[in-house]
Amino acid sequence: MFSKYGAGLALLALAGCAAAKADKPRTAAASGPKVPAPWTTDPYPSTYRPYPGVPTLITGVTILDGEGGRIDNGQVLFADGKVVAVGQSVAAPAGATTIDGRGRWVTPGIIDIHSHLGDYPTPSIEAHSDGNEATSPTTPEVWAEHSVWPQDPGFSRALANGGVTTLQILPGSANLMGGRSVVVKNVYARTQQGMKFPGAPYGLKMACGENPKRVYGSKGREPSTRMGNIAVDRMTWAKAAEYKRRWDGYERGDGKGDPPGRDIAMDTLAGVLDGKILVQNHCYRTDEMANVIDMSKEFGYHVSAFHHGVEAYKIADLLKANNICAAVWADWYGFKMEAYDGIPENLAILQKAGACATIHSDDENGIQRLNQEVAKAQAAGRRAGIAIPDEVAWEWLAINPARALGIADRVGSLKPGKMADVVLWNGNPFSVYTRPDMVWIDGALLYDAHDPKRRPVSDFELGQKGEGDVK
Amino acid sequence: MKAFLLAAAALLAIPAAAQTIAFTGGTVAIGDGSAPAPGTVVIRDGRVVAAGPNVAVPAGARQVDATGKWVAAGMVAGWTSEGIVDGEGISETYDARARTSPFNAAVDVLVAVNPDSPVIAVDRAGGVTRALVAPEPGNSIFAGQGAVIDLGADAAAVTRAKAFQFVELGENSAGLAGGSRPAAYALLHDALAQAQDYRRNPAGFDGRTRDALLKRSDAAALLPVLDGRIPLVVHVERRSDILQVLDLRRQYPQVKLVLLGATEGWMVAREIAAARVPVLAAALADLPAAFESVGATESNAGRLEAAGVTVGLATVDISAQGGQRILKQFAGNLVAIAKVPGHTGLDWGHAFAAITSGPAAALGMDGEIGSLRPGRRADVVVWDGDPLELASAPVGVWIDGVEQPLANRQTKLRDRYLTPQEGALPKAYER
Repeated sequence: MFSKYGAGLALLALAGCAAAKADKPRTAAASGPKVPAPWTTDPYPSTYRPYPGVPTLITGVTILDGEGGRIDNGQVLFADGKVVAVGQSVAAPAGATTIDGRGRWVTPGIIDIHSHLGDYPTPSIEAHSDGNEATSPTTPEVWAEHSVWPQDPGFSRALANGGVTTLQILPGSANLMGGRSVVVKNVYARTQQGMKFPGAPYGLKMACGENPKRVYGSKGREPSTRMGNIAVDRMTWAKAAEYKRRWDGYERGDGKGDPPGRDIAMDTLAGVLDGKILVQNHCYRTDEMANVIDMSKEFGYHVSAFHHGVEAYKIADLLKANNICAAVWADWYGFKMEAYDGIPENLAILQKAGACATIHSDDENGIQRLNQEVAKAQAAGRRAGIAIPDEVAWEWLAINPARALGIADRVGSLKPGKMADVVLWNGNPFSVYTRPDMVWIDGALLYDAHDPKRRPVSDFELGQKGEGDVK
Repeated sequence: MKAFLLAAAALLAIPAAAQTIAFTGGTVAIGDGSAPAPGTVVIRDGRVVAAGPNVAVPAGARQVDATGKWVAAGMVAGWTSEGIVDGEGISETYDARARTSPFNAAVDVLVAVNPDSPVIAVDRAGGVTRALVAPEPGNSIFAGQGAVIDLGADAAAVTRAKAFQFVELGENSAGLAGGSRPAAYALLHDALAQAQDYRRNPAGFDGRTRDALLKRSDAAALLPVLDGRIPLVVHVERRSDILQVLDLRRQYPQVKLVLLGATEGWMVAREIAAARVPVLAAALADLPAAFESVGATESNAGRLEAAGVTVGLATVDISAQGGQRILKQFAGNLVAIAKVPGHTGLDWGHAFAAITSGPAAALGMDGEIGSLRPGRRADVVVWDGDPLELASAPVGVWIDGVEQPLANRQTKLRDRYLTPQEGALPKAYER
């Protein structure tokens, strides 16, 4: 019940995002010093560098590869930060560290497509409320990364208890257009740039429904209704389309004339219209998701994922037809009117319909148990007659969120060549009795349940009671 | 007033089952801390007769074949708004808090309990059979009086009215009391002193004017707390706050304290145990969610239990947006961490007790509810597997010996949309 003290914050924090590929900045044309379209630039680039690892072979282990494959009593080899081989038996280089994985399971690191670690960090005090720029219903100019506090103790819990290796940090959902998201590797750094997933597309967080209309309606401003939500969205998209037309014309003009005026907000929206920034859309109800789909067609963009789609199961066919992922909880429901119809079979019904489904947390506690959330959703499906094998259910934690984030070529499965983000579980990760034993990110061992020195402690917790304790 | 309410509650709560039922062939989880074992459970007239390995099936008993299943005590949710809130973001249904009421300790959740709340039906189907229903502080450190209810599908929800008084003395108390913890303690001591004034001379007690610090009914509500007839549940998290609360016993020796939250309880587990104060613990809180919980760890419950503290789990300090049915998952996690080096978890029997008899014991009600020991109310859940496992679900629920319906809005939505497309008619015609 005391969680209710934070309820307002939590509800506001509900957000959704998808990322589009942020291409390299266009360079000036040979003919002249043309200014690149501003949404194609990368002014706050990642400085993340993988930590060193050693060639590691895990043997005798149950493998879920994250994209539908399963090998019992198999072997996984990774080296130089990359997955090298996965199979019943793989050839390992001499000197590789070998781990006997008998009785244990190995999976790709979990990807949480919806987190507010860093921008709503703990302790959840007023000074840390950095997720909603709730001063205007559309703030595509703000970037979540500029709020991210890299010392959030939550990152360590997500790693050690949850096996989370990649997460998308989103602005909250007070606003219709909340700003850009950022995708990070779950590796502590001194700066947010030091955590940023290299080359991951940005997302634009959008929100339907109760939050924007409540926040702005209570201020006596538009939007105060759902129709107001869509109206403000459309007016803003129309401006963005015009902005992009001006820039496209400038770009076509071979550098002649002055570049159009710069609008930081419109940059983000133009990036969406250009397909470079992925829309991650907080949206609960079927009617609102359908309205957003039509709006996206009206203005020529694509929704990467509907987040918090507690009613997604009702329109699984529509989502599949439009190639939109649903990022959902396992069993959250009823905590607000637009969540009234949530059911535990949501993920299973989406899966049965062939739609892209992913689990998400939106919560600093839930992110520590996403594997358990998937297990519950899988079991609910089984009871409803929808049998989903473990190796397929794990896609909800791995390749599906990777796709919705535009990073599936680098993470989301144990395919050779991908980043060696690997979790060794001390048992079946669909069991409540299982926890991560070891977690590697880009091949570097960053958590080991048996080694207190491989247990990260954020600056905030240093020198305070419980420093270095198991959490 | 109180006598009337209790009498009314007793009338409403008469179990309807004049029947003997034997659950046979299953694994029995009693809920008293013992390990699960194969056995039989016998209930009669709404009460448990016997449970365990060598229990005979009485002649004429209805038999429920639980072969391959688990027969377990129903969960007792340790701190909830069951029946008084249908959705925390739906303010029209929110009866847990009264921010602008002139009353505080006198507030009694009982009159708001709505057994027809869809939340109750969903949690019942999830294996929760009883719940502590608590008010939240609105305008004072005193939140008011909570109740213990059952989650049965009938109009008689109340197991015990005025089951506890709730007071906030942690970080939130500062804001409620005017700006600081010391102000909260000044308010607490003054309120209890005024309650004693009221006892000595009710006619001479002010407490009716708008600016009275304590209303007459608030003072009256605090008397049974002072006398130890109603437990005082205190929300605190920080080590120093916990010690301050334990110290209250010197001044108010009769008061029966219960700690709620107690994230840093593990740091003073011996002191809590020595004081014989039970804890409704934040189940898996492991983050410094506030400055009062910097020492949070999932080992809290295990370390408290190891020190001899009576522990019940509650969904305080942690999100439970899927309802109280999540308690079994929290308990399972406490078993899980027993395998993790450095952690102190719970064994299966004690983890299960923490979501059954533990919360009941915290209020001194474990003789009545929370386990399958003889004489307890027959709240029985038959599970299709280990109740703490993620894949398991109830296949039968009995409350006060009465078999309960498990259908609810969620199962009906599921059935309607298992195939999302419309058929011959709109979905509104499918049910």
